[in-house]
Amino acid sequence: MAVVERRAPIYAGSRIPQPVPTVLKPDPAEVPLDDLMTINFGPNHPSTHGVLRLVVDLNGEKVVGINAIIGYLHTGFEKNMEAKTWWKAITYPERIDYLSFQANELVFVLAIEKLLEIEVPRKATWMRMCLAELNRIHSHLVWLGTGGLELGAISMFWYAFRERDLVLDLFEMVTGVRMHTRYFQAGGLAEDIPRGFYDGARAFCERMPKAVDEYEAILSRNTIWLERTQGIGLLSTEDAIALGQSGPMLRASGVNWDLRRNEPYLFYDQVDFDVPVYGGGDVYDRYRVHMDEMRESVRIVEQCLERLEGMTGEPWIADDRKVVLPPREELHTSMESLIHHFKIVTEGYRVPEGEVYVTIESPRGESGCYLVSDGGPKPWRVKFRAPSFAALEATATCMRDAAVADMIAIAASLDPVMGDVDR
Amino acid sequence: MAYEGVPGLVATKDAHGETTLVVDPARLLEACLHLRDEEGFNFLSDISPADYLGWGEKGVAGYIGTAGGRDLNAPGSQGFATRPEPKPKRFSVSYHLLAVADRPRRVRVQVWLDDGEPVPSVVSVWPTADWHEREAWDMMGIPVEGHPNLRRILMEDDWEGHPLRKDYPIGGEPVRFSGEE
Repeated sequence: MAVVERRAPIYAGSRIPQPVPTVLKPDPAEVPLDDLMTINFGPNHPSTHGVLRLVVDLNGEKVVGINAIIGYLHTGFEKNMEAKTWWKAITYPERIDYLSFQANELVFVLAIEKLLEIEVPRKATWMRMCLAELNRIHSHLVWLGTGGLELGAISMFWYAFRERDLVLDLFEMVTGVRMHTRYFQAGGLAEDIPRGFYDGARAFCERMPKAVDEYEAILSRNTIWLERTQGIGLLSTEDAIALGQSGPMLRASGVNWDLRRNEPYLFYDQVDFDVPVYGGGDVYDRYRVHMDEMRESVRIVEQCLERLEGMTGEPWIADDRKVVLPPREELHTSMESLIHHFKIVTEGYRVPEGEVYVTIESPRGESGCYLVSDGGPKPWRVKFRAPSFAALEATATCMRDAAVADMIAIAASLDPVMGDVDR
Repeated sequence: MAYEGVPGLVATKDAHGETTLVVDPARLLEACLHLRDEEGFNFLSDISPADYLGWGEKGVAGYIGTAGGRDLNAPGSQGFATRPEPKPKRFSVSYHLLAVADRPRRVRVQVWLDDGEPVPSVVSVWPTADWHEREAWDMMGIPVEGHPNLRRILMEDDWEGHPLRKDYPIGGEPVRFSGEE
């Protein structure tokens, strides 16, 4: 199946505003400018999923001009990371996108490992995949719950957060914390997989597909939901690629593209899963992509668990004393281990000089990490490609001629996490 | 060599399985159009600027050691015998391109700039460059020539300085209403 298939266009031509692709200006030929009302949404509007500010020109109910303003959650993560040693900096990316923390942690750790050229034990790789997929389910559930809430489906929020809590329970069992887990280290995992995780994860995998059925029973044939989502927020295939959209946004616009399958990393080439693609380019198809992806993630988690269960007793982190902390018990008997431990904790490990760009498929799409190292114990430059940042560039295209109420549904469907947008 | 035909190509580097094309900034637009139309790089993944002020020198993040190796009379120095390879100019701007196609490929287009030297905008090639270029201006102070809306994006409009430059200290923001006004 080709990546970009020929099919009926979602709309003719391009709807990207000119000359600024992200700012829609009212056209004086179409609407008299005196009739317009300029309204400011946000930055603290409850429906903008964080601190997003939208300056909207309205002609009655219709959006004829829009400008998205960001930066209210800028925290300087990239600057701060330059002042931390490599292994201390791992805590930062998780807080950038606070819903897909493990995906961000993963992309940073993979980038460090690419520079280090270190080999990761297979058990760690399978566990990373397992947690990354659980994290995808978690992130999609928050998307579904809050997205439903925007359109008045309040009960949806409680159902989605019920299952989300189960995912967080699993994270807590493995890492000790529910969010921002800092479980991935350069070289593998921070700790071995605890007893009871496989059973817990299996129970979750059994429950989750039924829960998705329940969500669909609530929404998929609900007239209000269909009326509010179908044909709303259109984005054509060509415009989606031109605007750098990725992940569910791209797949809902008819592009059969998923980095897990098209550019496999970890062991994604060894598991069996489908990539959901829909060609409507509207909010409803984004919803369908998210629902299908949760089912597929459950399938991947099950396959990871199958492999992991046969790996009891295998190492979970590489045995490289220049990068990885020595086992705790050796510190009492080995001078050499003590020195290594001291050096890594105080000074940090050194990463060879070079620059790399690593991308993974995070719940929101293409998440990238550009690293520059000068050979020292601290990163010279860290830059994240934030999928939410790119997603918000589509606001002007998607919200053109939408009604005010639909604008809220569209903003939710873009799935922006403002921490990820502003970094 | 696969990318010989790229206009303004200065050098090609291969490292860690990634290809870097160093391009003359004056011909960046031509090179990008060539890569999009002839090579199929229809997707701009990211624009990543980097500041190399003080690269390999003491007192900046990641300082490595003396040029001659470990200096026993200076206990703070480290045992690396070499400094990192010098960079041609202060700033680099890397354009990470991706071909969303049946056979995906990636390439990094890189330009080198001095402080204040402008780089042409690629918004006309990939509309997604709009915010990425505004971020490069806001955070690093890279002047983008021909950008339709070059304003700060993450910092306030009246902010002074570019926070991700190496000469911008952490905690360097002015504190308002500090009682000393």
